[in-house]
Amino acid sequence: MIGGVTGLPDQIVEDVFLFIAAVSVSILVLITFLMIFFTIRYRRKRNPKPEDIRGNLWLEILWTVIPTLLVLSMFYYGWTGFRTFKKVPEGAFTVKVMARQWSWLFEYENGVKTDELIVPVGRPIHLLLTSQDVIHGFYIPAFRVKQDAVPGMVNPLWFQAKDVGAFDVLCAEYCGQQHAYMLTRLKVYPEEEFNRWYEEKGKQFEQEKGLPRGSRLLQEKGCLVCHSLDGTPRIGPTLKGLFGKTVPVITGDRERNVLADEAYLKRSLLEPNTDIVKDFPPIMPSQKGLLTGEEIDELVRYMKEL
Amino acid sequence: MSSFYEDEGRFRGILGWIFSTDHKRIGLLYLLAIFAFSAVGVLLGFLMRLELMAPGPTIMRPQTYNAIFTLHGVIMIFLFVIPGIPAIFGNFFLPIQVGARDVAFPRINLLSWWIYMAGAGLAVLSLFTGGGPVDTGWTFYVPYSLRTPVNVPLAVFAVFILGFSSILTGINFVTTTHQLRAPGMTWFRLPLFVWAIYATAWVQILATPVVGITLLLTLMERLAGVGIFDPLKGGDPILYQHLFWIYSHPAVYIMILPAMGIISEIIPVFAQRTIFGYKAIAFSSLAIAVVGSFVWGHHMFVSGQSDLASIIFSLLTFLVAVPSGVKVFNWVSTLYKGSIEVSPPLLFALTFIFLFSIGGLTGLFQGALATNVHLHDTYWVVGHFHYVIFGGTGFAIFGALHYWFPKMFGRRVGKKIPYLAWALLFVGFNTLYFPMLILGWEGMPRRYYDYLPQFHSLHLVSTVGSWILIAGLILMFGHLIYSLFRGEKERLENPWGGATLEWQIPSPPPRENFAEIPRVERGPYEFR
Repeated sequence: MIGGVTGLPDQIVEDVFLFIAAVSVSILVLITFLMIFFTIRYRRKRNPKPEDIRGNLWLEILWTVIPTLLVLSMFYYGWTGFRTFKKVPEGAFTVKVMARQWSWLFEYENGVKTDELIVPVGRPIHLLLTSQDVIHGFYIPAFRVKQDAVPGMVNPLWFQAKDVGAFDVLCAEYCGQQHAYMLTRLKVYPEEEFNRWYEEKGKQFEQEKGLPRGSRLLQEKGCLVCHSLDGTPRIGPTLKGLFGKTVPVITGDRERNVLADEAYLKRSLLEPNTDIVKDFPPIMPSQKGLLTGEEIDELVRYMKEL
Repeated sequence: MSSFYEDEGRFRGILGWIFSTDHKRIGLLYLLAIFAFSAVGVLLGFLMRLELMAPGPTIMRPQTYNAIFTLHGVIMIFLFVIPGIPAIFGNFFLPIQVGARDVAFPRINLLSWWIYMAGAGLAVLSLFTGGGPVDTGWTFYVPYSLRTPVNVPLAVFAVFILGFSSILTGINFVTTTHQLRAPGMTWFRLPLFVWAIYATAWVQILATPVVGITLLLTLMERLAGVGIFDPLKGGDPILYQHLFWIYSHPAVYIMILPAMGIISEIIPVFAQRTIFGYKAIAFSSLAIAVVGSFVWGHHMFVSGQSDLASIIFSLLTFLVAVPSGVKVFNWVSTLYKGSIEVSPPLLFALTFIFLFSIGGLTGLFQGALATNVHLHDTYWVVGHFHYVIFGGTGFAIFGALHYWFPKMFGRRVGKKIPYLAWALLFVGFNTLYFPMLILGWEGMPRRYYDYLPQFHSLHLVSTVGSWILIAGLILMFGHLIYSLFRGEKERLENPWGGATLEWQIPSPPPRENFAEIPRVERGPYEFR
């Protein structure tokens, strides 16, 4: 342990945890035992005459120096472990992660985008995290890794899966109403299966490139987290049959009815707080700068058909 | 001599209270307001635990839950624990313990209570105006607090106002300790409670302005879009976190240092022997106040701050653990060869040592960089700080209430019920908060309205714990209120055999405490 802790991030966390736990439990047991022992041994009935002891320099030195050494060793193990977290191994497989209220979007090097993170087993995975709105926290408890996704910043994180399987991915930094539901899955595939999936998706992506398809945009941009396509109201109103309908909205403090025409749909995308649909919270983030003009046209065209 | 209850001063009735400059009356004004708010905080905590009893929606919607955990934090931190001990017990006892008739600036003292009430009033007002109750968490992190439609500006302004109350109280206590000590009351004859409040007061004076500025900037950002924190306008959300924690980490020491002072008073009295390592305890308060001002970055290990910053903050965080440990070792040694009577105040003080130790030791896991990555923003942190703040400061307040009750109110507290209440509190507390540590290690994030099925059983245990804990609180406070009106009159000046100055004057004390300013000839824990 002199050279510090090494291994994969999850193993490091467990080793450091066990070390601190062993020391902490020993200290707690010692303090509690002495406290109870003295209280019983020197209870007034048995020890009516107390003795004034003002202190002991050697004891003070002892219980300053030993705890200092102990906590310094904790610092040291924590730090050496942390170095591993911060050093992305060479040949890592890189995935960009975009966080937004309230979903995750993963973008692979070949351009493929998914809402679940799919990775090969046994290979270091290098994530580049950012956010398009507020701060989120990317957290895989099973691999004991976490990093905030901060707007305007790209934060790296890496991990490596030893076994295939599916694991929870959670948002750890409070991000608003649906924070507790900003979950997805990490799926670890065997190498070959992953390669097959990756190539297939890549081909599909090439074919669809340049064609902004409404349904794909709704998925990729995270719209479906809040808006359903089947008529059920969720955090926001459903998109089904929206076009051409009369919508009761609150504009400023005034309630009014507006016709959901093209202009309304575009306004709702770019300035969502101008007209707020009645009975829904004013929490839709503006898509200004997040959608191109072309994408907006495509979305509006698609919504007309819903 | 008539007590400060009978001797009203310039005004009569309720005006004799809310316009009184008597430090004891102001202490009691704070006591009433602070415990009223803390009761609301407890109720909100109870509702959160009910919601989390089972996965899925239980009794409320997500938006309500988010507002409730925010209010629970804002009330408990800004209205209860930060002012708490200094404003109630500091006001009441610091002037008496140093041998003064009042604090240095009695009118400023009254002003700080009014400012506290104004800030609290604005916080209440923010619930019903603008976009409704704040849902940002008590930390008001940007950019979320800039975007959420709820009434952030008024809530932030309320906290800004509350800060002035804290600063003024701090200035008063520092000046009182320097200027108004009785003849012979040398620095090393000061009770350790005074040392603790003194160290705290410096943190209040020096750190609070930083949060004031931060909150003002947040207001400007929110109302005028100036672009200091918003990355879309060239601002930096990490900068906000630095500024916020430059105050809010030292604020943790504002919460715990005075509690340590109380423990240092109670233990020697009930062991009837002098305290072990007086100077070590006194100086460790100062060390905590100083080093604790430079550890704020440990709240930001996964935020994206630089690795070097994280390493330095981790190192300093570990160093600040040492003086707290020194205090615990000295307290335990004070029991050695004492003549110990486990009265309710001592029982609460010993419980403080046990729970605070768990709180402090669980903090080591968060201070270490590698483990922090996993534990940050999980229930581990929630468990940890409740062990420190509730198990520590909360139980110290319970101890102080039972210890100083006869002096403050001139009534005795019966002995049996406090033991029963203690048992409920101790069992309830650990059933409520220990499962949170396990939940955190298993990966349950905090501030979650709902959770995955694997976390259900521990959440259920925790909720049951909250019921036991609340039963204990009701029993204890019910009994204290009963004792206030029906308790046996305390005719003794010194029922516990204490050696500090408050035990040398009548219970309750007269208006200006001392008929004649005493000449101090011995230390605060010389019982023979």
